[in-house]
Amino acid sequence: MRHELIADAALVKNYIEGDENSLSILIYRHKQKIYSFIYSKVFDKDITEDIFQDTFIKVIKTLKLGKYNEEGKFLPWVMRIAHNLVIDHFRKNSRMPKFDNSGEFSIFSVLGDSSLNAEKQLIKDQVESDVRRLIEELPEDQKEVLIMRMYNDMSFKEISDRTGVSINTALGRMRYALINLRKVIDKNNIILTN
Amino acid sequence: MAKLYSKNPQIKETLNPKKETIDFLLNYSKALSVINCNKMKFEALLN
Repeated sequence: MRHELIADAALVKNYIEGDENSLSILIYRHKQKIYSFIYSKVFDKDITEDIFQDTFIKVIKTLKLGKYNEEGKFLPWVMRIAHNLVIDHFRKNSRMPKFDNSGEFSIFSVLGDSSLNAEKQLIKDQVESDVRRLIEELPEDQKEVLIMRMYNDMSFKEISDRTGVSINTALGRMRYALINLRKVIDKNNIILTN
Repeated sequence: MAKLYSKNPQIKETLNPKKETIDFLLNYSKALSVINCNKMKFEALLN
């Protein structure tokens, strides 16, 4: 069949007047360009197929509703519709990100789950309770400063105000508390790592 | 001779939509009719 003789504009006109065959010629004439254009943007055959279909649904509706007024520029007009639909597709996906893990690149190599798994959570709880018990063994003055500093997140100024000792004394007690804790940990070979 | 490390082009076949897609579009076009009614246009899909 030699359809090339008929210009796009004439085919569009015929189609608007009811000649369904003209649409068929237009689609077959431009399908490869439009399909390749969409594929070059989305790199997925199924999505390309969907966008290609949506593009022509829009073309058909516009032509049938008599809203088309770009005579002689059929292909650029269709390309623009396809382009807009590609943009819509990416917009929709950026709001609702999806990924398939079929390629070599895994998104999990970049994104990690920072929350602990059940085993690590158990170990963490165990370590924290061990540290708590060790702190209980410290002399009262050192224990008081350490708990205020580490658990209550108070500054040494606040600790000195609360306990009625100078800041230097509070600092010293904190230092000895840590030294004593380390000593006990070393002596008993306690492992406090996750 | 220097080795060429450039990748082979991934897409060798020409890209074309499936026949079903085109058939769907042609059938859709045949089924869609626009009804003019008092300066308003209605779309109707008649299968």
